Amino acid sequence: MTQIELRGVQKFFGAVQVIKDLNLKISDNEFIVLLGQSGCGKTTTLRAIAGLETIDEGDILIDGKPIQHLKAADRDIAMVFQSFSLYPHMSVYENIAFPLRATRKSKSEIDQEVRSVARTLQISDLLAKKPSALSGGDMQRVAIGRALVRRPKAMLMDEPIGALDAKLREEMRAEIKRLHIKQGSTTIYVTHDQIEAMSLADRIVIMHEGVLQQVGSPDEVYSRPANLFVAQFVGSPVMNVADAAVAETASSVSVTLGGAAAGFEFPQALLSKLNGHAGDQLALGIRPEGVLIRHDAAKGFLPVETQIVEPLGSFDIVDLKVGSKMLRARTKSGFVSGPGERVFARIDPAQAHFFDTASGKSLGVRL
Amino acid sequence: MAAVRTSSEIGFNRVAIVAVLVVTIIFLAPIYWIASTAFKPRNLATTIPPTIVFQPEISPFVKLFTKRSQMRSPPSPEEYAAAPWWERVVFDGGEKIVRDGKGQVQWSGYPSRFLNSLIIAITSTVLAVGMGTFTAYGFSRFKVKGEADLLFFILSTRMLPPVVVAIPMFLMYRAVGLNDSHVGLIILYTAFNLSFSVWLMKGFMDEIPKEYEEAALVDGYTRMEAFFKIVLPEAATGIAATAVFCFITAWNEYAFALIMTNRRAQTAPPFIPSQVGSGLPDWTVIAAGTFLFLLPVAIFTFLLRNHLLRGMSFGAIRK
Repeated sequence: MTQIELRGVQKFFGAVQVIKDLNLKISDNEFIVLLGQSGCGKTTTLRAIAGLETIDEGDILIDGKPIQHLKAADRDIAMVFQSFSLYPHMSVYENIAFPLRATRKSKSEIDQEVRSVARTLQISDLLAKKPSALSGGDMQRVAIGRALVRRPKAMLMDEPIGALDAKLREEMRAEIKRLHIKQGSTTIYVTHDQIEAMSLADRIVIMHEGVLQQVGSPDEVYSRPANLFVAQFVGSPVMNVADAAVAETASSVSVTLGGAAAGFEFPQALLSKLNGHAGDQLALGIRPEGVLIRHDAAKGFLPVETQIVEPLGSFDIVDLKVGSKMLRARTKSGFVSGPGERVFARIDPAQAHFFDTASGKSLGVRL
Repeated sequence: MAAVRTSSEIGFNRVAIVAVLVVTIIFLAPIYWIASTAFKPRNLATTIPPTIVFQPEISPFVKLFTKRSQMRSPPSPEEYAAAPWWERVVFDGGEKIVRDGKGQVQWSGYPSRFLNSLIIAITSTVLAVGMGTFTAYGFSRFKVKGEADLLFFILSTRMLPPVVVAIPMFLMYRAVGLNDSHVGLIILYTAFNLSFSVWLMKGFMDEIPKEYEEAALVDGYTRMEAFFKIVLPEAATGIAATAVFCFITAWNEYAFALIMTNRRAQTAPPFIPSQVGSGLPDWTVIAAGTFLFLLPVAIFTFLLRNHLLRGMSFGAIRK
């Protein structure tokens, strides 16, 4: 049973504030992913929890007890580093046994636990090898083994699979998830890769310039981004964002993007949902799958010209010129023959997001 | 890449091999000279042109280790027959080994000077490398106020030729009673080598990723334990390389040893040439002393050669 809580955590590197008033509650057995670009403070947050970095203000609590003054060794937390950090002069066995040797455990106990962890991670046949003789994936398994063997209160992982190649990364991602389900421990995982975050997390914590942007399940941050940053950071291909002008017509509402001649049709309910913000500077966000296109004209579809087609195998990404903006749409592969084709496009109101341009905040419109 | 080597590549390789051979010969020639002279009969040591082929003799080494006196007349056949083999080789040169009243062979000054050299060079190397390692770790891992200035200050101690301070050092040492003492030379050589050791070790320390220690810290170890269990084994290569350089410097130092010591703590470098002055110069004895003096450095370097090779290229490549 391990709960971790951050209360008003602040951290400065000289004059630069890298963590700004961070508040976060992590419950037992939860898999939390800290997601953000490099330099957003996610790794510093992780290192502060581990005790490798001091904090300037606030509290870090484990099971309700403040631990920010404890040394790393006394926090009973394990960490997996991006560089694996396997001790090069020790065998795999010695590496995994190393955290246990810091405790008062007997030789036979240590041996038993090392072998049991090695079995779980399927690295029993590697125990005698030196880290330099291992493949990237095996190094990572050993690093995870070294973290698991002590049965720590919490596992911290700093981009643990960031150094692996793409295929291996996918395998290890699944393995980490399987291991978490099997072993169950409170885990904080840092990454800049939103796909990793989406696939692993119970909850994703998105950070930007030291400020927490949104905390939520993968589905929440994907379908209900709290602001423009989250909207554009989560999801691949990236969400389309364009300045939008909302105008009332006879039977519906028209949303014009990027100063185009004609607007996209939205239901009347948009006006009430916008709650008086209709006249403000607004931005419309729409994921590529929310841009619907067809070959023939239909009610509500605007004629547009295709600019670029990116075939991605299972689907194509088609750039459409709308006013001064490019709108990226996701289509079946081969749906559009090539650039310069005239097609008809519509924005699915149910997938549209409206943001206040000035603050970047989502207006929470759900149609 | 083509698996077949072109003729120009083969030609270049041949030229390179010849060049390496020439350089090797140039470097090894003085060592051959000393080694061959150390085994030459005295009358062949200074011939022109040099004698290349000769019957090697052990007499220079016997002479090196013993006190001898000139004999007015050759030894009697009984005296010759009674003498051990190593004494006979001295008889042949018209000398005899000096013995005390109990018939004990009198040693020359060389063994004790050699021992002094060993004690002083080893102790100062251990101290310089040890302190250098700790200092370098501190500079490498912690934010030290004025780090750049301090490191420059440490380096600045190497900017003057050390002999410049020989006279003031001599006066200071005499005032505190450190002249002609082992401790005095050990302090001096440690101080010489410390700046070098700090800088070299800092380079090696910087190359050891600090994640290793951080991993040890979260694994439940204190920083001190992490230093001894993780950093030191990782730094072994650097320590070996630094130790070789420090040992060579201390072992070969001549000027201060000459000025600061005369008997008790005298090291081999000032002693060996001092033997030229006693009677006619016997170059074979000096060559024998020099030859033995070369051995510890050669053995030490040979033992650490793998570390040294790695040490030289270590730090040159960014991973």
